[in-house]
Formats: sequence, structure tokens, C-alpha cells
Amino acid sequence: MAGEAGHVHRLTELLRENADVLIGRWVESAAASTRGRSTSAELERDFRELFTAVLPVASGDGRDLSGNGYAEIRSLLEELSRTRARQNFSPAETASSVFALKEPVFQLVDEQNDQDLFRQVLGFSSLLDALGLWTFESYSRARESIIKEQSEQLLELTTPVVKLWEGVLAVPLVGTLDSARTQVVMEKLLEALVETGSEHAIIDITGVLAVDTQVAQHLLKTVVAARLMGAECTISGIRPQIAQTIVALGIEFGDIATKATLADALRHALRREGVDVVRRGDGVKR
Amino acid sequence: MERVPILKIGGVLLVSIQIDLHDQSVLALQEDLAERISATGAHGVVIDISAVEIVDSFIGRMFATIASISRLFDADTVVVGMRPAVAITLVELGLTLGGVRTALDLERGMRILRVLGQESGRIPAGDPTGLEWS
Repeated sequence: MAGEAGHVHRLTELLRENADVLIGRWVESAAASTRGRSTSAELERDFRELFTAVLPVASGDGRDLSGNGYAEIRSLLEELSRTRARQNFSPAETASSVFALKEPVFQLVDEQNDQDLFRQVLGFSSLLDALGLWTFESYSRARESIIKEQSEQLLELTTPVVKLWEGVLAVPLVGTLDSARTQVVMEKLLEALVETGSEHAIIDITGVLAVDTQVAQHLLKTVVAARLMGAECTISGIRPQIAQTIVALGIEFGDIATKATLADALRHALRREGVDVVRRGDGVKR
Repeated sequence: MERVPILKIGGVLLVSIQIDLHDQSVLALQEDLAERISATGAHGVVIDISAVEIVDSFIGRMFATIASISRLFDADTVVVGMRPAVAITLVELGLTLGGVRTALDLERGMRILRVLGQESGRIPAGDPTGLEWS
């Protein structure tokens, strides 16, 4: 990686000698684009670390960025991209913090007026380009993993199966229903039916914002699957607008029981279980 | 070819499928069952598929076929113990087993047959469990 064997890489020397000035200018030009989301002190700490890691590889041109020599700078940049991704920086902003080092370096080399240095700074420039692209890549990887985590959490969080009564389960659905979520709901509900030996399930869609043909299809499939296993499914919480949509779309629920509220559905299930709910004669609260 | 055993408990025939079903064994089961219902005059058939993990459309149709056969001998059919994955598969295959009763487990299936038998008078009044009758 060393430019010429035995020789000291002039640019590396120059960078080392002027480290403080360069970092200062680097921070200054990068701070403008962070718009106050990172303080100058934070930037300076990050950049000083990066700068120290860049020095040993400054004589390379970044073509073999995945090689061992670049391991340290790579992991530093990955870390930077990850934190930036979590702080809602855009990938361009993240990469431009790396590119921001170019200007002060060019300026410095310009002042030296030395042909050798000019050639070396060209190599250094392509190294920085490669590093910038690396941040871009790690940024999108970090973003993807965050999105994946969140969607998994969402799936887990939003589909609880609750027991309302001995033999009566309910799934309160909230938000938007898509194929993936309905699949999870379906599996969780059916497994809970087997585990608890429940013969009644209520799917409550009070919190569902919209029902289209696809969602209705998924709901119907769940109900039919439950029926195949020997359990009865009721759909409750159909809001007036959704009822209108369902009728307008021509969706047929057939012989599947639908109720206006969860309470109605529970009463229906209890009656089928052979339980009657009655008010005590005196009607006095105790 | 493996055959599925058919057990008789009172007026009920119990078919417990413990093997991987092939088309041949399905056909054999249908024949055997028809003969046994005809010979015993059973009022109900329980098909326990709690050990079945894989189904295809042919097996899916088997339930409906068995139910139709039993119906001809005036016997009710209950499929019990279907696993969630199997239920989802059948729904995705578009098989809804119309006309076949289902129950979560064997106990509930037997209860359904008893109620159906008593309602239709096929179980004599003096036999509350429906199991002594044969």
C-alpha cells in the first residue's frame, strides 16, 4: 500500500503535520450540512477518530477497500453510518461528511505547490470517494435492518390473541391489514385455538381503517380455516363506513356471523357455548 | 401398501390416520369404510387427522367423499384434530369441506355425533352415551 518502498509518503506526512488545522476545517464545512443535529464537539470527536484511521491508508487509492488494510476505517464508517441512520440523516448528508475532507486537503496541497503531492492527492481523492460510497452502502444496510426490525416488532405487537372467556378467544385488529399481517393473525389465532381448546373466536376489526376485497378475502380465509378445525369464528366491530364499502364492493360474508360490536359477538359466542348472561333481579350494583 | 385401521366404538367408527397418506391408501380407506359402515350400521364416523401434517387436494377431497358415502348409510362424519397448517393449506387450495363437520379434538367430535344421533333418533333413548348401542 505504501506509495514507493522506502520513501515516506509525502501526503501522509503533510496530513499528519497539519492534522489539527484540517480537522478544524473539515468539521466547519461538515457542520453546515448537519443543521444542528450533531454538535461541533461530536463531529470533531468522530472526525478525529476517522482522520487517525485514514492516515495509515492515505497512500492507497481505495480500490481494494474490502481488504484487510482498510478494516479499521471501514468499521468506523459503518458505526458512523449506523448512528447517522438512527438520527435521521439522509445518506447524501452522511456521505458528504466524508467528502468534506477533500476541500481542506486540496487547499493545503495547493499551498505547497509540489508536483509529487498533486499526484498523491489524486489517489487520496479517489480513496475518499471510495470511503464515501462505503458510508452510503453501510447507511442503506443500517436503514434496511432498522426497517426490518421495526416491521417484525409491528407484526408481533399488533396481533395479540386474548382469551375473553373459557373457550372464547378474540383478536383485536388495529391498523392496516395486508397479506403478511393477516397471515400472522391467521396462524396465531389457529394455533391459539388448538392450544386452549377454544371453540369460538372473535375477530374484531374496530381498529381497522379500511377493508378492501383483498382484506375481506383474508378474513374469510381465516374464518373458513378455523371452521375446518372445528371452531366457529365471528367478525365484529364493522364500522358504518366499512359496512358501506363491503356492500358496495359486493363482498359476501355468506353464513359467517358478523356483529356490530365486540360485546355482541361475545354474547353470541357465550350463547353458543350454552352460557346465558342475566341481570340480577334487584338491579343494584354491588 | 399400508392400510388405515378402522376401529369401532359402539355406534361410532373411528378412523385415526397415523401414516402418510398416498392416493392408493386413500382409495382403500374409502372402500374399507363403506364396507364397515354397511356391516356395522354405525351412526357416526370420526376421522382423526391430528397426526397428519401434509395434505394435498386429493386428501382434501377424501373427507368430502367419505362424508358423502357415510351419508348414504345415514351416518354423520366428523373430522377432528386438524392442525392449523393443514387448515390453512386446505383453504388456500380452495377446499372448504362443505357438508363435513369438524371438531377441535376427538372428545368434542364424539359429543357432536352423540347429539346428532340423539336428535335424529338413531341412538335409542335408553343409551345416553351412544356408545353401548351397536
